[in-house]
Amino acid sequence: MNYKSWEKIFSILSILALLIVLLFLFSIALKLFLDGMHRIFELKFYTSFPSRFPEEAGILSALVGTLYVMAGAIFWSVVLGVPAGIYLEEFGKKGKIARLIEANISNLSAVPSIIYGLLALGIFVYRFDFGESILTAGLTLGLLMLPVIVVTTRESLRRIPRAIREGAYALGATNYELVFHHLLPYSLGGILTGVIIAISRAIGETAPLLTIGALTFIAFLPPPPWENFIEMLKSPFTVLPIQMFNWVSRPQEAFHKNAAAAGFVLLVVCLLLNSVSFYLRYKLRKKYHW
Amino acid sequence: MRIEYKKKIDYLFKGFLLLTGLISILVTIAIVIVLIDDTVNFFIHPEGGGFPTSVIRFFSETEWTPTFVNKKIGIWPLLCGTFLIAFIAMAISIPLGLLIAVYLSEFAPHSLRESVKPWLDFLEAVPTVVYGYFALLGVTPILQWIFRFFGIEVQGMNALSPGIVLGVMILPFTASLVEDSLRGVPQYLREAAYSLGATKLQTAFQVVIPAARSGILAAYLLGASRAIGETMVVAIAAGMYPNLTLNPLEPVQTITGYIVQVALGDLPFGSFEYLSIFAAGFMLFIVTLFFNLLALYFKSKMERY
Amino acid sequence: MTEEIKLKVENFNFYYDSFLALKNINISIYKNRVTAIIGPSGCGKSTLLRSFNRMHDLYEGTRYEGSIILYPDGINIVSRTVDPLYIRMRIGMVFQKPNPFPKSIFENVAYGLRIKGITNKTELADRVEKALKDAALWEEVKDRLNENAYSLSGGQQQRLCIARAIAPEPEILLFDEPTSALDPISTGKIEDLIVELKTKITIVIVTHNMQQAARISDYTAFMYLGELIEFDRTEKLFTNPSKKLTEDYISGRFG
Repeated sequence: MNYKSWEKIFSILSILALLIVLLFLFSIALKLFLDGMHRIFELKFYTSFPSRFPEEAGILSALVGTLYVMAGAIFWSVVLGVPAGIYLEEFGKKGKIARLIEANISNLSAVPSIIYGLLALGIFVYRFDFGESILTAGLTLGLLMLPVIVVTTRESLRRIPRAIREGAYALGATNYELVFHHLLPYSLGGILTGVIIAISRAIGETAPLLTIGALTFIAFLPPPPWENFIEMLKSPFTVLPIQMFNWVSRPQEAFHKNAAAAGFVLLVVCLLLNSVSFYLRYKLRKKYHW
Repeated sequence: MRIEYKKKIDYLFKGFLLLTGLISILVTIAIVIVLIDDTVNFFIHPEGGGFPTSVIRFFSETEWTPTFVNKKIGIWPLLCGTFLIAFIAMAISIPLGLLIAVYLSEFAPHSLRESVKPWLDFLEAVPTVVYGYFALLGVTPILQWIFRFFGIEVQGMNALSPGIVLGVMILPFTASLVEDSLRGVPQYLREAAYSLGATKLQTAFQVVIPAARSGILAAYLLGASRAIGETMVVAIAAGMYPNLTLNPLEPVQTITGYIVQVALGDLPFGSFEYLSIFAAGFMLFIVTLFFNLLALYFKSKMERY
Repeated sequence: MTEEIKLKVENFNFYYDSFLALKNINISIYKNRVTAIIGPSGCGKSTLLRSFNRMHDLYEGTRYEGSIILYPDGINIVSRTVDPLYIRMRIGMVFQKPNPFPKSIFENVAYGLRIKGITNKTELADRVEKALKDAALWEEVKDRLNENAYSLSGGQQQRLCIARAIAPEPEILLFDEPTSALDPISTGKIEDLIVELKTKITIVIVTHNMQQAARISDYTAFMYLGELIEFDRTEKLFTNPSKKLTEDYISGRFG
């Protein structure tokens, strides 16, 4: 056998491996869809609270909970992550502190998410007494998203040429003027892409929220933030992946159908978020060509 | 004067930036403090026998039942379950990851790379609880069906199914890291091999892969760290029974699975059960930290061309 | 003819970490004149220019020694007690490659005014128009002020950068090889512009192109290996240099 046929065999094997992986993705989506089909197309599924009766149960409180928790997570991760990224990329460059922070962040991103759950349980829930609340959950997922936001902020800043910074400084701009008038506006798209990627990861996170004691049976909605912000932060919650976990760990098959439907909704949300970030990245490549 | 006023804002601004950077360090410190604090409390708790008996029991007993009346606190069943599943996952992920990475970096046409990448990214974004569902209700029934031909009954909860699913789950992550290190190998090394008459395959396996071996090793260590720390797939599909076994067809419990199981119940703050998940979590933290640091070490050893 | 001194460099040394990049420079920049700094690459001409508006402060490990006095008030530009922001508002700069901000043409020119605190709309519009006219760009862009600056050609972008630099009405304008990335026609326009601008502003230009220095400057400084070799009126330096090294360089024997 000559080397060309070996190469062909190798290519075929590799493409098969790729196909297996993609087939896996496809079969997950198909399995969820087929199992949950009855509930996916049922409006009641989206407008009902959890229930002892599988066909009555819905994901309303989980959807609303996910919305509130993610809003908190986005707030914390952006407020802490974007400035930290700016510091590391623009101002900390060679300093010892910056290098320490940098090493620390790359290490944090490899810490298992359930450890964040233990941190939140030990610190936020008991030591700070925030309870098993939306506030705690938002903070926890926010910290989990932090490394991704820091890294993408730095990457998008790095794409801005040095000449732009010098141009602004040469006119007498201060550091904050450079950041607010130039660096942030020009890197906004890149940062946004990173935030969306981080959201799509965090929205499916289950383990850290289970650890802090997310409830699975929530038959009421938290008060809307414009009515009572503090009460909203303090109220117990459930989120979509936790609701799904609860259903899948029950023995009755009827609940598995609900789990499949919830999983399918989650999968679609993730796919949408990923497509948006993909599209944004593509648009961005066209916008600034320096 | 205006400039002095601006200058003051500028100092505050820079201070704020530094502060946000320091918060990440605070998070790490908080993690370590919480884990150590409650682990110490676990070991001095009377229900575990108090220090140092509890430590000896932790490493010598072969059962893990802190939530039972008859408390056994040997960590081995949990570690065994954790590593058994991680091993199965890596057995899937290493060869497939290498195959895909080598193909994408050395052989595939540009257009194929570009069209496959977003799907691999998406695979990484699929929630782990969804993978768990698929392991329990998709893969396990198939395994049961296959093994029945050989006359072997596979239990509904087992180590093999979540292991396989985890292997595929971390595959995009490891494959893209491996691919990055393959791409880091400079073109002139490949050209040197070609100029001597080496084939593409020979170049890939005898020149490019050896040149990138530190990076590849680092990628697999990070992948293993992920498999060890993964929670939902194993919590759903591996079982809730700490089992000191190497048989992949039996139910096992991992460290993460145990934490979930206990966290699902209502935990009185400071109770022995509450403290036990921190002791288990500390163990997990140490193990993953070891893998991460090892990966970091190999990454730093990566040849710079 | 007596000249009024605008900038006086005295016993000036400059370090990158421990490397002495500029050695004991002494030179006077005269008001409303064009001073060219020439020399082979790596001679320190850009380094000297970038000391005049404290651009080196942006990078770590840089250090100034000696003094650069700005007249009429006689402050030392490189003194630690002098704020670089204050200096940069009085001394503008145009860079080697055009570096407009990815904003509209109008916003580019208005930016220096805005950070000086000017918010009045009519004043902004007037001064932007004036700066664009001074930069000989007004006729070409007056109907498209809201378009992105990157829609302009390279030469137009560089004149936009000049307009951006002169809008805040600096006393000195520094040019760092402003035409090295441009075609001959655009270069010609910018050279004409520089000669016109000197009636209002003192100009210092670093150039790798000796003909350019001869065409537009009143004074020329020749630098070599971090030292100022010769400084004189341009005709004198090019026709009758007093140093052998200068003669070798302008006659093309090295560089």
